[in-house]
Amino acid sequence: MSILTYNGGAMLAMKGDGCVSIAADKRYGIQMQTVGTNFQKIFEMGPHLYVGLPGLATDTQTVMEKIRFRKNLYELRENRKISPKVMASMLSNMLYEKRFGPFFVEPIVAGLDPVTYEPFICNMDLIGCINKPDEFVVGGTASAQLYGMCESVWEPNLGPDDLFETTSQALMNAFDRDAISGWGAVVYIIEKDKVTIKDLKTRMD
Amino acid sequence: MTSILCPEIPNAGFSFENCKRNTLLQSKGLSLPKATKTGTTIVGIQIKDGIVLGADTRATEDTTVADKNCEKIHYIAPNIYCCGAGTAADTEMSTQMISSQLALHSLYTNRQVRVCTANMMLKQYLFRYQGYIGAALILGGVDSTGPHLYQIYPHGSTDKLPFTTMGSGSLAAMAVFESRWKPDMEETEGIQLVRDAIAAGIFNDLGSGSNVDICVIRKSGVDYKRTYEEANKKGTRQNSYRYPRGATAVLSTKIQNIEIETTVQHIEPMDTA
Repeated sequence: MSILTYNGGAMLAMKGDGCVSIAADKRYGIQMQTVGTNFQKIFEMGPHLYVGLPGLATDTQTVMEKIRFRKNLYELRENRKISPKVMASMLSNMLYEKRFGPFFVEPIVAGLDPVTYEPFICNMDLIGCINKPDEFVVGGTASAQLYGMCESVWEPNLGPDDLFETTSQALMNAFDRDAISGWGAVVYIIEKDKVTIKDLKTRMD
Repeated sequence: MTSILCPEIPNAGFSFENCKRNTLLQSKGLSLPKATKTGTTIVGIQIKDGIVLGADTRATEDTTVADKNCEKIHYIAPNIYCCGAGTAADTEMSTQMISSQLALHSLYTNRQVRVCTANMMLKQYLFRYQGYIGAALILGGVDSTGPHLYQIYPHGSTDKLPFTTMGSGSLAAMAVFESRWKPDMEETEGIQLVRDAIAAGIFNDLGSGSNVDICVIRKSGVDYKRTYEEANKKGTRQNSYRYPRGATAVLSTKIQNIEIETTVQHIEPMDTA
């Protein structure tokens, strides 16, 4: 078993028309034993910016605290909001510094640019190699299933309501085929004027 | 004298603070995960008074395609570009770092940087890390002494060659070069040869795929042809698989309204009277 699959978890982010979504399951487990069903792995880093950290749970929390610290310092020093692009670069450099002793997280950054409101999504591997596609990004133990779901259900220019349905169904159908993720899910739809956070009713097995 | 308010300034370079923990986890039978590799076919040829670099655009994580359209031809200097194969993060980060050092070098010496300088800096950096930085590079550029093409291995050995290929698709691409490369080719002929070599990698090597990127470097300037050819077009979907609204059962909804700050700046017309 790999360290990345010790706690389990599934996550994805999708681009829509003037909006982005990011969603994850809520399970926290130790290998095949479920310990909690309210584990947070998506964190708010600004009004339009969310970072998801699937992987080893201890590193999820350590990395979250490290980037929150650096984001706060950046915003104090620069007197402006951090953009998703800067957040991604900062996180990438932070992970690459630990090239030979990495944190076991594969982060996903999703948000809107604070000035232009341009949608932004990206993911990276555990040593900070950024991947910025135009459609969707996935992460966690159900990533193979998520790739399959997203490749077939994602379509361009989805509005916030349709993006929510597409994201939720892609996530739920993917993690139902993964034993170590699921047990509840949360979906964030980020728009220019609001963020909608929805808890989903899922299978609990 | 360290405290929360006055933390020690961290050392530059790599940090090894997680290594002890990670080897402990490994000894408990948890295997270390694999990083994204570029798989890759990358090539470079010398043509008449210039260089043509080429690359495919697939990145893989084990056998999964992690990125279908990644950029493998990296900027080094206005007259130098570099193709990268191997561990994706390593090629990205090492070319970025050398690029920034060369920009400073160029300002300090007030000259355009030379390809041999970039080659020397890259090989010395890679040799210092004894091959643990998994970057296999093809460095090409034109400087005051003409066009140059270098092949750099992760361990730090380099070769100066008229044509070269690297990555998992290097054999397929080299087969094309060995049969068709000749000295002093014209630009259009050179681009066609590079395209064919990358296409050979895309179609015959499983680690390479998607599109062809080409970068032509001449004394007069650089012509970076991102997605020179879309070798594999995705088919159009016959049906929509869109879920009807309300298909997902929701337990709770929370809406966070964001107040958008808009500042209107009135610009007074310039007094031209």
